[in-house]
Amino acid sequence: MDWFDSFIVVFASGMRLAVPLILACLAGLWSERSGIVDIGLEGKILVGAFASAAAATFTGSVWLGLLGGVAAAVVFSLIHGYASIDQRANQIVSGTAINMVADGLTALVGNAIWSQGGRTPQLPAEAQFGAINWPFVNEIGAVPIIGPIYQHLISGHDIVTYAAFLLVPLTYWALYNTRFGLRLRAVGENPAAVDTAGISVRGLRYSAVIICGVLVGLAGVYLVLSQEGYFQPHMSAGRGFIALAALVFAKWRPWPALGTCLLFGFLDALAIRLQGVELPIIGPVPVQAIEALPYILTVVLLAGFIGKAIPPRASGIPYVKER
Amino acid sequence: MSTPLKPLPAWADVAVIPLVNVAAAFVISGFVVLAIGENPLAAVQSLVLGALGDLEGIGYTLFYATSFIFTGLSVAICFHAGLFNIGTEGQAYISGLGAALVALHFGFLPGYTLAIAAIIGAAIFGAAFAAIPGYLQAYRDSHIVITTIMFNYIASAIMGYVLVNVLRKPGQMNAESEPFRDTALVPQFHDVLAHFGITWPVTPFNLSFLLALLCCLAFWLLIWRTRLGYEIRTVGANPTAAVYGGISPARVTIITTLLSGALAGGVAANIILGDQHRLILEFVGGFGFVGIAVALMGRAHPVGIILAAILFGVLYQGGQALSMDMPKISRDMIVVIQGLVVLFAGALEHMFRRPVATLLARRTTQPPI
Repeated sequence: MDWFDSFIVVFASGMRLAVPLILACLAGLWSERSGIVDIGLEGKILVGAFASAAAATFTGSVWLGLLGGVAAAVVFSLIHGYASIDQRANQIVSGTAINMVADGLTALVGNAIWSQGGRTPQLPAEAQFGAINWPFVNEIGAVPIIGPIYQHLISGHDIVTYAAFLLVPLTYWALYNTRFGLRLRAVGENPAAVDTAGISVRGLRYSAVIICGVLVGLAGVYLVLSQEGYFQPHMSAGRGFIALAALVFAKWRPWPALGTCLLFGFLDALAIRLQGVELPIIGPVPVQAIEALPYILTVVLLAGFIGKAIPPRASGIPYVKER
Repeated sequence: MSTPLKPLPAWADVAVIPLVNVAAAFVISGFVVLAIGENPLAAVQSLVLGALGDLEGIGYTLFYATSFIFTGLSVAICFHAGLFNIGTEGQAYISGLGAALVALHFGFLPGYTLAIAAIIGAAIFGAAFAAIPGYLQAYRDSHIVITTIMFNYIASAIMGYVLVNVLRKPGQMNAESEPFRDTALVPQFHDVLAHFGITWPVTPFNLSFLLALLCCLAFWLLIWRTRLGYEIRTVGANPTAAVYGGISPARVTIITTLLSGALAGGVAANIILGDQHRLILEFVGGFGFVGIAVALMGRAHPVGIILAAILFGVLYQGGQALSMDMPKISRDMIVVIQGLVVLFAGALEHMFRRPVATLLARRTTQPPI
C-alpha cells in the first residue's frame, strides 16, 4: 500500500495547488463568457493576496482580510471593465497594464509600509483560515483505502477550498440554468441580439467583470490566508496564466475547467515530488518538462491537434451600439 | 449618443494626445509617491540626477535604452500587422541561447566575425522561437496572444533546463555558461573611445546601441518605403481588404513574427554579448514587457520608440539611484509607471480625445465679435 499512500499525499498536495487555479479559472470563465478577455488574472491574484494580507495584518481579522482582498481585486477588475466596456479599449493591452501595475504596486506599497523587501509580517494563526476536520476523521482514517481518501482528500481543508469546489457547480448552474446566465452567455456570443431584446449589454458585462473580480480575489486570499500566512512580491508565480491556459484547455466550460485545474495542480505537485528523483530508463526527471507541460498541452490544443478550442464569438470585441 | 466630434487636427493627434496620455500616467505615479509619503518632485530630481547627472549614469541609461529599443521595435512591428506579440520576453530569452552557442562553438571564426555570427545566431533563435506562434496564428487559427504567453513560460523552462543540465560548467554552483572568448564580445564604448584617446567611465554601454539605431532606420524603411511594409500595414488595417488586394495575410503574419523575434534577439546582443559575456539565467528580466510600453508610447514609430526607450532607460537607471535616496520607493515603482503608461497610452488612449477636441473646438470657434 506504499504507492497508494504516496499517491494520496501527492494528490492532496495537487488539490491544494489547484484551488487558486480553480478560482482564477472560474473568474476568467465568467469574464470571457460575457465577451471580456481577461489576461489580467495574474495581476488581480496579486492584488487580492496583498490586500488580504494588509487587511488581516491591520485588523487581525481573517474575515476582514478576505473582504479586503476581494474588494481590491474587484476595483482592479472594474478598471479593466471601464477600459474594455466604456472606453472600447484593446482588452489585451488593458490586461497587460493591470498585470504590470499590480505587480509593481503590491511590491512597492508592501516595501514602503513594512520595509521587508515587500514581504508582509507573518499572520498569527487566528488571522488565517484553519483546516476544518470532518466528523470521525481518525476513526474512518483507519479504514484501508477509503480511510486515507476521507482523511486527506475530503476532510481537513479550509473554508476557501470548499468554497472553490462548490463554486464550480454553482457557476455551472448559474450559467446554464438561470435567465442571467443565458443572457450573459448570449452577450459573449452576439451582443447585438441581446441589445435588440432590450437588455443592457453594458450592465451584463459589468456584472460579469465584478463576479470575475470576486472570484480571482478569492484566489489571492487563498494564497495568503489559507496557505502562506504572509504576502510576498510576485507570489502568484504565473498562476493567473496557468488558469488562463486551463480556461482555454477546458474550452470555456465549468466542469472541464475543474478537471483541467486539478490536472495542472497534480502536475505541479508531481514536479515538486519528483525533484531529484532518479527514474528507471529516463534517469533524473527533467522537472522543467513537467512544469512546462500545462503550457505545452494548451498550445497543442490551441493548434487544433486535440479537438478545437473556440472562444466565445464576441470575446475581445468592444460592443458599439451604433454602426 | 452625444454629438460626433470634428476630427482632431493632425498635429494634435500626433503630439498632443500622446503627451496628455503619458502625462496622465506620470501624474498618477506622482500621487502614488505622495501616498507613500515622499515628495514626488524630490523623487523626480533624484531620478533624473541618477540617470543623467554624470557620464556613468548616461552610459547605463543608454545601455538599458538599447534593450528597450530592440524590444520596442519587436512589439511594434507586430502592431503594424495587427498582431499583439506578448512573447518578446521569451524570444529574447531564447535568442541568448543562440548567441551563446555560436560564441562557444564557432571559435574558429576570425576576429570580430565571431561577434557578428553570434548576433546573427541570436536573431535566428529569436526568430525561430517566434515562428511557432506565428505559424499557429497564420495557419492553425490559434490566437497569438495566448500562444505567446504560453511560449514565455516554455522559454523559461527550456532555458532553465539547458543552463542547469547542459551548459553549466561541471563543478560550478551557478547556472551559467562558460565565459565567451574575447572575439565574441560586442565592444563597449569606453574601450572603443579609448582608442581615440577619449576617456569615458566604464559602463556596459556597447556598440549594440548603434545596431539598435540601424534597426530603427531599417524598420522605418521597411514599414513605410517597401512593398512588404505596405503589405504588413494593409493586413494590420484590414485583413479582408488585404486578401482582396492580392496579399496573403498568412504569409505576412509569418514574416512579421519572424522579424519580430529577430529584433528581440538584439537584447541578447546587448546584454549577453555586450555586458555579461556568458549566458545567465533570467537575463531578460522583464525587458520584453517594457517593450510593450515602449511600442505603445512611441506609437510604433521608430522615432517615438527611441524617445520612449530613452525615457524608460532614464527610469531604470534613475530608479536605482532613487531607491538609494528614498528607500521607501523601491525599483518596483518603475513597473508601476510602466503599467500606467500602458494603461493610459494604450488601453485608455481615447479617454482624453473628447476633452482635448472640445477644448480645441471652443478655441477655434469663438464668435467673431
